[in-house]
Amino acid sequence: MSIIQAILVIIIAFFAGMDGILDEFEFYQPLVTCTLIGLVTGNLTAGIILGGTLQMIVLGWANIGAAVAPDIAFASTASAIVLAMGNLGVKGVGTAVAMAVPFAVAGLVMNMIVRTICVGITHAMDKAAEEVSFKKMNMWQTVAIILQGLRVAIPCGLLLIIPTHTVQHMLNAIPSWLSAGMTIGGGMVVAVGYAMVINMMATKETWPFFIVGFVIAALTKLTLLAIGALAVAITLMYLNLDKKGGNGGNGGGDSNTGDPLGDILDDY
Amino acid sequence: MTEKENRIKVDKKTRFKVAARSQFLQGSWNYERMQNGGYAFSMIPAIKKLYKTDEDRQAALKRHMEFFNTTPFMASPIIGVTLALEEERANGGDVDDEAINGVKVGMMGPLAGVGDPVFWFTVRPILGALCASLAMSGNVLGPIMFFVVWNLFRWGFQWYTQEFGYKAGSAITDDLSGTMMQDVTRGASMLGMFVLGSLIQRWVKIDFKPIVSKVQLQKGAYIDWHSLPSGHEGIQKALELYNNGQGQALSSVKITTMQNVLDQLIPGLAGLLLTFLCMWLLKKKVSPIWIIIGIFIVGILGHVVGLL
Repeated sequence: MSIIQAILVIIIAFFAGMDGILDEFEFYQPLVTCTLIGLVTGNLTAGIILGGTLQMIVLGWANIGAAVAPDIAFASTASAIVLAMGNLGVKGVGTAVAMAVPFAVAGLVMNMIVRTICVGITHAMDKAAEEVSFKKMNMWQTVAIILQGLRVAIPCGLLLIIPTHTVQHMLNAIPSWLSAGMTIGGGMVVAVGYAMVINMMATKETWPFFIVGFVIAALTKLTLLAIGALAVAITLMYLNLDKKGGNGGNGGGDSNTGDPLGDILDDY
Repeated sequence: MTEKENRIKVDKKTRFKVAARSQFLQGSWNYERMQNGGYAFSMIPAIKKLYKTDEDRQAALKRHMEFFNTTPFMASPIIGVTLALEEERANGGDVDDEAINGVKVGMMGPLAGVGDPVFWFTVRPILGALCASLAMSGNVLGPIMFFVVWNLFRWGFQWYTQEFGYKAGSAITDDLSGTMMQDVTRGASMLGMFVLGSLIQRWVKIDFKPIVSKVQLQKGAYIDWHSLPSGHEGIQKALELYNNGQGQALSSVKITTMQNVLDQLIPGLAGLLLTFLCMWLLKKKVSPIWIIIGIFIVGILGHVVGLL
């Protein structure tokens, strides 16, 4: 990897680190960072595929309240670097995906350290507010963001310094049963993210939608975009009918107790 | 009348600056007061505009250094409301520190309750999954679409809800408890569950390898390779007989794996059950990281013993 490529990778890692805390631009998501690192290191296709694969895994990872999720920013940049250094192209994606999890844990720890350091920064901002110094307020906010950038950029720089053949050697040392097993694990691990999301959204009202979605995906060849369009349509229909049903119920009609089978049995 | 004309206003340009700064809300996120630094940082252009004395400016800065935490994008309507309140105060209105902080604290909880499921558990996963499925085939449109669509949506949301908050002023809290917001959350979670169902079916991959049965097929049910003509005619004939899997079988023994049996119930059932298991573990407060590591271990062990 040339010096220019290495600098570009570190810049990408720096931005990923900053957005990892901001959570605004979603620059740090694997789809974006892996693609960009793939692009600057000449592994575009492998980078895109890695990005897509990792994205599927991290779908449900989110920072809720004070809880910090496993660190996506470091996981995606570091595994894209591993992919680029390993020089295996698309074949290296499986291993890079498996490495993402330990990277995510390491990144989580670093993220929590910086968030603790920021307690000191917030006290410095208190002082700046006392002095009515807008400049210092701006400066400290910027310093905090830069710290978050560095916490990803520096470890990524270290990964780059380790000679390519060492990384390759380490990757080659992984036995095939391990990498094959990890690829299988990678196929299943996406379930965790989905489970987190479902736990947030599942209610008596939404479960039927889940079932319909599952069955349509299982037994038709529709693309996800088509299924998404169906989902929008059915949701809108439901909400509209629900409103109308509510109004009709108020208007009268005592036969509609919501249990037609029960009504029939009563009549019988 | 003159009083109205002399009013100091947070003009559109200043509001735009505030919105732009609010994108860096979480920059100094800390364990003590969370998004406080970012909130004060966002308010600076408005504070500069509204207050001229050091005393007033100091009070305003300190006011916004109090604890604050919500979904980053949901801060926008709250900032909009505080802009309206600060404006009222700068013009001599009867708005004290408690009122401003009360509005902030009162709104951040409920709005995070809407923002987290809508943004983190509906919009991002669905957009992410759609684009990731494109990317997994090596299509560069996946990442581009993800980044562009997300940011257009996000920025649009932030700017318009901040404007809405500013215009609605303190009345916004009533508005948000109204039916429209409820419909949005309800609709989003229904849509989300629908798409999740199909995502799990398509993307959770489990393949059980063990062979359940080996059946010797009768003559005529499989392609008799020895009796085929040689050369390209033979290939053509074989393809005709195979008929895309609808015709004769490729070998004389029909192998049924555990996966084939499961697929006859409904394809993707194993993935669904795995997802339910994960949901249960998460509800038992098992850390997602441990579940992930566990799944990898199961994958490796399963592969070694020949189950997966």
